[in-house]
Amino acid sequence: MTALVEKRGLVEVRGLEKRFAMPTHFLSREKPVLHALNGVDAVVRQGEAFCVVGESGCGKTTLGRIVMGLTEPSNGEVHFDGTRIDNLSDSRRRPFRARMQMVFQNPYASLNPRRTVFDTLAEPLRHLSPQMRRAEVRDAVEAVMLAVGADPKWGRRMPHEFSGGQRQRIAIARALVTDPEFIVADEPISALDVSIQAQILNLMTKAREERGLTYLFITHDLSVVQHFGDRVAVMYLGRIVELAGVEELFDRPRHPYTRLLLDAIPKLEGGSFERERKPGELPNSIKLPPGCSFAPRCPLANDRCRAERPALLPAGPAEVACFAVEEGRD
Amino acid sequence: MLSARAFTRRFFGDPTAVGAFVIVAAVVVMVVSAPWLAPQNPYDPLQIDIMDSEMPPSWVAGGDERFLLGTDAQGRGVLSTIMYGTGVSLLIGFGAVVVQAFIGISLGLIAGYRGGWIDAFLMRLADIQLSISTLMLAIIALAVFSAAFGPEAYAKLAIFMLIAVIGIAEWPRFARTVRASVLAEKKKEYVDAARVIGLSPGTIMRRHILPNTMTPVLVISTIQVAEAIVTEAALSFLGLGMPVNRPSLGALIRSGFEFIFSGSWWITLFPAVMLMLLILSINLLGDFMRDTLNPKLRRGDE
Amino acid sequence: MALLEVRGLEVAFPKGPHDEALALRGVDLDLDPGERLGVVGESGAGKSMLAFAILNLISEPGRISAGSIRFDGRNLLTLPAKEIRNIRGNRISMIFQDPMMTLNPVLTIGRQMVETLQAHRRIGWAKARKLSIERLAQVAIPTPESRFDSYPHELSGGLRQRVVIAIALLTDPEIIIADEPTTALDVTIQAEIMSLILRLCRDNRVGLILITHDLSVVAEVTERLMIMYAGKVVEEGPTRQIIDHPGHPYSRGLLAALPQRVERGQRLNQIPGTMPGIADLPTGCAYHPRCERAIAGCHIDIPELEAHGSRRISCFRPLLAGAEA
Repeated sequence: MTALVEKRGLVEVRGLEKRFAMPTHFLSREKPVLHALNGVDAVVRQGEAFCVVGESGCGKTTLGRIVMGLTEPSNGEVHFDGTRIDNLSDSRRRPFRARMQMVFQNPYASLNPRRTVFDTLAEPLRHLSPQMRRAEVRDAVEAVMLAVGADPKWGRRMPHEFSGGQRQRIAIARALVTDPEFIVADEPISALDVSIQAQILNLMTKAREERGLTYLFITHDLSVVQHFGDRVAVMYLGRIVELAGVEELFDRPRHPYTRLLLDAIPKLEGGSFERERKPGELPNSIKLPPGCSFAPRCPLANDRCRAERPALLPAGPAEVACFAVEEGRD
Repeated sequence: MLSARAFTRRFFGDPTAVGAFVIVAAVVVMVVSAPWLAPQNPYDPLQIDIMDSEMPPSWVAGGDERFLLGTDAQGRGVLSTIMYGTGVSLLIGFGAVVVQAFIGISLGLIAGYRGGWIDAFLMRLADIQLSISTLMLAIIALAVFSAAFGPEAYAKLAIFMLIAVIGIAEWPRFARTVRASVLAEKKKEYVDAARVIGLSPGTIMRRHILPNTMTPVLVISTIQVAEAIVTEAALSFLGLGMPVNRPSLGALIRSGFEFIFSGSWWITLFPAVMLMLLILSINLLGDFMRDTLNPKLRRGDE
Repeated sequence: MALLEVRGLEVAFPKGPHDEALALRGVDLDLDPGERLGVVGESGAGKSMLAFAILNLISEPGRISAGSIRFDGRNLLTLPAKEIRNIRGNRISMIFQDPMMTLNPVLTIGRQMVETLQAHRRIGWAKARKLSIERLAQVAIPTPESRFDSYPHELSGGLRQRVVIAIALLTDPEIIIADEPTTALDVTIQAEIMSLILRLCRDNRVGLILITHDLSVVAEVTERLMIMYAGKVVEEGPTRQIIDHPGHPYSRGLLAALPQRVERGQRLNQIPGTMPGIADLPTGCAYHPRCERAIAGCHIDIPELEAHGSRRISCFRPLLAGAEA
């Protein structure tokens, strides 16, 4: 699978932090802050499917949005193909936009209900490649529609005439129309029926193989990660707690949260829900615990865990942010 | 999302809506064809005769066939004055709503999309505007205007003044409605997709968000037209609206008011009935639009 | 005789001005006391419709157009309103996907629990409170006495769903119908909640109808399974048997499409096409346009559920080799 040769980093994030000010009464003195990202470093190598998994509040969606430039980081940098892009002005960022695209979660909200499918697909080209003539744009749109298994005649119709799966095809077509190198997919199949999920995932795999795409694939569904991903980062409360190749992670999960996550997946063989599971303490992004953010829920937490924040360090072929692993207590 | 076909089907299935629409359509036709259909042009001094003044409707004793609904104090046929006057009312109604919509939609779009202090500032402005009653504002503005410029200039510019004043006074209603829509649409992923491509905020507001805020705008437009007509009627009734030589329905009602006690009830009554019918029909149409276009009241037949 | 017996249930919706389309096309369901049944299907298959129909909660413009629902021997569709109230929320409880469909945001949890109890039996406030707190503890809510006085918005999604389960159990029901109870929850919380439901139903011998699209969850929790497609049951039987050896081509397709069924790097097994809406059903078997096993008769006649060992499959050409039980 993944060669051990160090592949070039297409996308790099360094020290990403993101804080959101929570709405408060204007007279109150407290100003609560939501810490969505608390220091994320990662390299997405060219050609790989890099998965980011975690549960609600972990920051994975925020990460995707910052990489795409939809939100600005409070701290840190985003690099694309060697150039720093998060601090670029709109005009300087433009040449990169055709190279990085995004597929969103909700197929019912990601297409403008008042525009035809053709207009939605042509818009990226018209804006980013204004030198293309009308016939060229038409041809490109038709080509990408065929590539995603859509009928070019759909061009005249409006989004509401299509099912969720069809809309997601159209959304993927929109992401592919500028022939990008990199795609951020934020839960692209969660809102779809099971039998359609397979269709769309196959489509994304095909697109990847045919075009040499690099994916940043954000999901909560670990079985999809196991099938589709090359490397996976597990996030908890705004930090990456484990980063490993997919097979390695599933064979040998190291971080206590990763283990908890894998343990919680329902299995077709049954039997794992037999034992009682006490409700875990829920992560609170507003009042971050000092020290390791997983400590309140962790069976292996000690005093050091509660006081200091563990860094992401190599542990065998993986990287883990855990003192228990570091100290050999796991 | 209601398709045009489903909308028409619902429309024809609703007798109230159809009835209201027919009335409004008939009124518009009447207004447009007034120069040809009206028995006389009541504002052409050559066509009226003071000897015809205060004649009752033709079916009452003393009435004249020429004047179906009777005449007013100057000898103008009431039917003719209504036909012309309704046109003035409608013109002011629509004109004011165009002004309101233009200002309100623009500001609502900016406030909703930009957020932050621009939003806060514009919304506070709207709050202040809303707390000043339109009628009061209009009275002050018009009174000052007519005092400053004299009755002649006033008579010429009254219609523009009215459109401007009612238009400017009511922009917050459109702004708030649009802003609420914008806030909802802003969260949707097609807006993110547009930003990912790198479209400028102005383009996104115009091309993507604006078309999706039109449904509630359509609904309140209808009701706002009715509001504007009533406001203008009230102003005219108070003497601050349209002048006597080019009256609206409100001015007609006013000019006939003093004659109620002397027995010429028709001069006020018929314009009042017309006004009521017009407002009622527009409001019923507005109700129908609101119920039909409300996505929460899905009926499962689309 | 089963505790709950549904026969030939049909639910109709108006289609255009003069016609009706059937969202449920003749569904049978049996539930013995304490039995756990899973109802699996994709959106539009009719599984939620089935749950609402059992409790006679189908709202205008839909209606139950045919069939019978016998609970403890009595037909729920013909009972007077007073008797229905005694059953709904009392002997048969329901858990929805969104806890806020059950919880009133302006009332404390305690108040709602006491109200629920007092609606169905004569019980004083103090005793009701004690019982409620016991139930909250049973669903592992920390500090139940103080949570009793909390409002729903003060709790997280997972805790709210636990409260909903506690309310469902308050009246010692004989059946709980759970409609996608954990679909909107994180996977670790789903594991907590589903294992809780499993244990509580087993320990208290409460029947469970679990409606979901997730085959893995039913594999963990249920004993019997019903797979629905386009308003009909296509396969029904012991969960383990259906998952290991699916008989209906759709069941097989669903299971085969799961990522865990395919080697890494291989294409997933997709089912071509989409499930038809109730207004656009094909002639004959609703699945035949997508079925790789379709034969000549499939587009003419509608297959009925036929027994094959301990399962029932509605197919003219089911997959049965070596799968008889």
